[in-house]
Order: sequence, then C-alpha cells, then structure tokens
Amino acid sequence: MHEEIIVAGFGGQGVIMAGKLLCVAAMNEDKYVSHIPSYGAEMRGGTANCSVVISDKEISSPTVPKPSIAIVMNTPSLVKFEPRVKSGGLLIYNSSLIDQKPKRTDITTVGIKANDISEAEGSVRAANMAVIGKLQALKPEIASLDSVIKALDVVISARNRKHNDTNIKVLKKANL
Amino acid sequence: MSEKILMKGNEALGEAAIIAGCRFYFGYPITPQNEVPAYMSRRLPRVGGTFLQAESELAAINMVYGASAAGARVMTSSSSPGISLKQEGLSYIAGAELPCVVVNIMRGGPGLGNIAGSQGDYFQSTRGGGNGDYRQLVLTPATVQEMADLTLLAFDLADEYRIAVLILGDGYLGQISEALTLPKPTGKVFEKPWALTGAKGRKPNKVASLRLVPETSLEELNLVLNEKYKKISAKECRSESYLTEDAEYLLVAYGTSSRICREAVNELREEGIKAGLFRLITAWPFPAEALQIASAKAKKILTVEMSLGQMIEDVKLSVKDPERVDFYGRSGGMLPETDEIKRRIKAYGN
Repeated sequence: MHEEIIVAGFGGQGVIMAGKLLCVAAMNEDKYVSHIPSYGAEMRGGTANCSVVISDKEISSPTVPKPSIAIVMNTPSLVKFEPRVKSGGLLIYNSSLIDQKPKRTDITTVGIKANDISEAEGSVRAANMAVIGKLQALKPEIASLDSVIKALDVVISARNRKHNDTNIKVLKKANL
Repeated sequence: MSEKILMKGNEALGEAAIIAGCRFYFGYPITPQNEVPAYMSRRLPRVGGTFLQAESELAAINMVYGASAAGARVMTSSSSPGISLKQEGLSYIAGAELPCVVVNIMRGGPGLGNIAGSQGDYFQSTRGGGNGDYRQLVLTPATVQEMADLTLLAFDLADEYRIAVLILGDGYLGQISEALTLPKPTGKVFEKPWALTGAKGRKPNKVASLRLVPETSLEELNLVLNEKYKKISAKECRSESYLTEDAEYLLVAYGTSSRICREAVNELREEGIKAGLFRLITAWPFPAEALQIASAKAKKILTVEMSLGQMIEDVKLSVKDPERVDFYGRSGGMLPETDEIKRRIKAYGN
C-alpha cells in the first residue's frame, strides 16, 4: 500500500487537520506516514493544502506533485489539483460547495455533500470529517474507521474535543 | 516500545532541546523554522526556562553567547539568511570556546531567496561563515526522529568540546510531520569550571574572544583550538552506509536528499543493480574514512544535493580516484527526483 494524498480547501476548512487525522490513524496501524503543509507563497489567495504519504515502506520525499488521491473542499482546489491526479487515481470533491463536475475520465471521481452532511449533524465545521469518512470507505487499507475515530482524541486539541461526538457522527454518516 | 506520536520536525527538535536540559532560547522569526521559536515560547516557561524573541538575529546569537558564558544550555535557530546574520556571533563563540546549539532550517538562496527547503548552506556551515581560524560541529538529520535524537547529541557534544554545534536541516525536514518516539535524556553531566557563575571563593573566570597581549596569546589559542578540532575529527565522524558493501554505484547525500537516494537505491536493487547510499550524519567533521570504505568497489559515485554542488568538494577530497565522482542536484527549493537518479545510474552501465 502506498498512497500519495493531497487534501485542499479554504483556510479554516480543516484540511491540515484532516491530513493529520489520516496520518495518526495509519501510524497507529504501524504504517509509515508523512504530512507536510503547503506553507509557501502558494498559500496566498486563500487555498490551503497538505501533502500526506501513507505507505508500507519508508517515505522518501514528503512532497506530492502527482497525488494518487486528491480531496478537494472548494472550487479553486478542484481547478488546481484535478489535472495533477495520477491516471487511475481517486478524486473526492465537496459537492456542497463545488458546482462544476470534474472533467477527467481516467480517474475515479466521487462527489460528497460534505457541508450538508456536517450541517445536518449540527455544525458546518465537521465537513472535513465527511470527506475523510468517505475516503475511509473507499480506501479502507489506509486505516480502519476505528483507528480514524481513535485518532480524533490525538489530533483534536483538548479545547475542541467536546465536538468529537459530532465529528464521529459525520465520519460515520459519510462512511458509505 | 515507547509510544509513537506524530510530530512536526521543528517541534520535535524543540521538545528534544527541552529533554536535553536546554532552558534558554533566543531567536528571531523566519520561515521555515518558525515552529521552533513558537514551540519554545509555549514550553520553556512551563519548565522554568526563558524564551526571548530578540530584536534581531545578531542580538539573539549574542544572548546565546551570554547565557552560554554563564554555564547554561542554550539554543538559537533560524533559516539561511538569518544564519548569515549570526556569523559574527558564531566566530566570537568559537574564539571564546562557548558551547551552544544553533539550528539552521535551510531555505533557498542566495539572498532572501525563497522559503522552500534547500541545502545551499553547506559551504557556510562547514567552512566557517564567520572570520578566523575556526570550526563548528555540523549534524545533518534526515528524519523527524533524527531531528530529535541529534538535538540531544548536539547539546552533549557542545558541552564536551566547548564548541558551537550546528544542526543543519532544511525546510522540508522542518515542516514534515512523521512518527516520533520521544528520546530520553542522555544523563551525561558536564562540569563547567570555566563558566561565569560568580567568583566568590575562587579566581575570576574570563570569557572573551579578544586576545591582544601578549602578542603570542592568540596563536596559543589557535593551537589549542586546532588540537580540539583534530580530536573531534578523530572521534566524532558519523555516517550511515546503506547497502554499500558490494555497491558498484554509490550515492552520497545527507538530509532530505538522502531520503530520495534511499528510495532510488531500493528500486535499483529490485532491478538487480548494485547501488548503495552513503549518508552523512556529520558534515563537519566529514566522515572521509567511512566514505573510502563505502566507495571501495564503486565504479561511479553520484553526489546528490539540493544545491548545485557543495558537498561534492568534500567527497572528491575524501575518495580514492575522485574522477569517479559525478553530480546531480536541484536548487532554489526544488527536490532531486528518484527517477532522474535511477536514469543516471543506469546510464553509467551502458
């Protein structure tokens, strides 16, 4: 198993956190993991993204120029990362906020109404959980749902842990 | 087994410094090392330490000089242009024989360059960026785990030899989060009878880098320093030889570029090509003897750097038949590519 993943969206949509959640879940299943945020000039203009590598082997470069999986939370991120996905790869997009359909036919594209699912559970702020729940369902070899749920207690700061019930509900709702 | 945690390189380094007993940190912000001061500003007050954001890099390195002269374990960190500004202080620290740990999370240069990871400061780090006849120890981590482990080693080496130890990372290593097992304190204790701790009941100590009289006194110091540097060169070379015993093609790298080389070696081996990796853990002292052994059977030696060729000079100085040494590098914040390394190695065979 070797996946190179980009998680991208607006600042504040929790994309960096979503990437860390995947890493901690997979790390606790003894996989090699790396996470690196975009911190450069590319962050200017409102998009944030992180590169995540999860592998059975040691990780060489932490950067992900051509992801096997891209998770995009908003339209600018779709425009930026859809062309970069490896042929045969997976694109998960937040269809609550993204009106246009992906154009690629050589990759699997999956829309999920992340904001709507999250809002239905009482908070729009768990939209990142919806895309991670969906990814886990499509790629269970990355980490089990149980590991993802356990990782919440590590990744979410103590101050925000009171929202974990909502996070878990959204994760499960999207985990189809 | 100790518990693994996910931690960012810069923060792992900060926590390791605290585990090592560092209680003073002085610095000035610059990307991509900002998580080091941010982490120290949160943690140091909780362990009775002092965090101070100085008014400049120059001020910060001179605060390091002061804390070290008083016998404290002290650290500063910066990224390439900021490290340039500290060079005067590092030269004074060498002259005054003060122990300290300095971290350079390298970014692209020259000048302000950019903020992506780079290995363009090898010359500055290993040749002495400040004035005068001096050396500093240079450690080159390649993983988040080593960012922590080598930080503990850095504090011990600094105290043992009364020398500045530079941890030479890069922007990728600073920003990457990976699994980390927190290191335990080494338990080593170093007496510092030379420190300025108050002279009651003893002769006053003096810590200075100016030696005007008698006229032979500076050369005396230079000779003492030289003996120390010789001892360090003999005892403290560190490196890793990976699949080098039968290697016909040897890659030489350090830090982030060594990770990419390791992948290239693994993939070449799967294709039946005898490739190996020699990885520096100390850039000064340069592990020349170990490299000679690792390169004994190599037809070609490919030096891979995130610069346009700096470490290659040490490689050529160290190996027999230096005409075997070739170079591949990317600069300006770009990373070498596994496929390009493999392509070059395969081309040697044809």
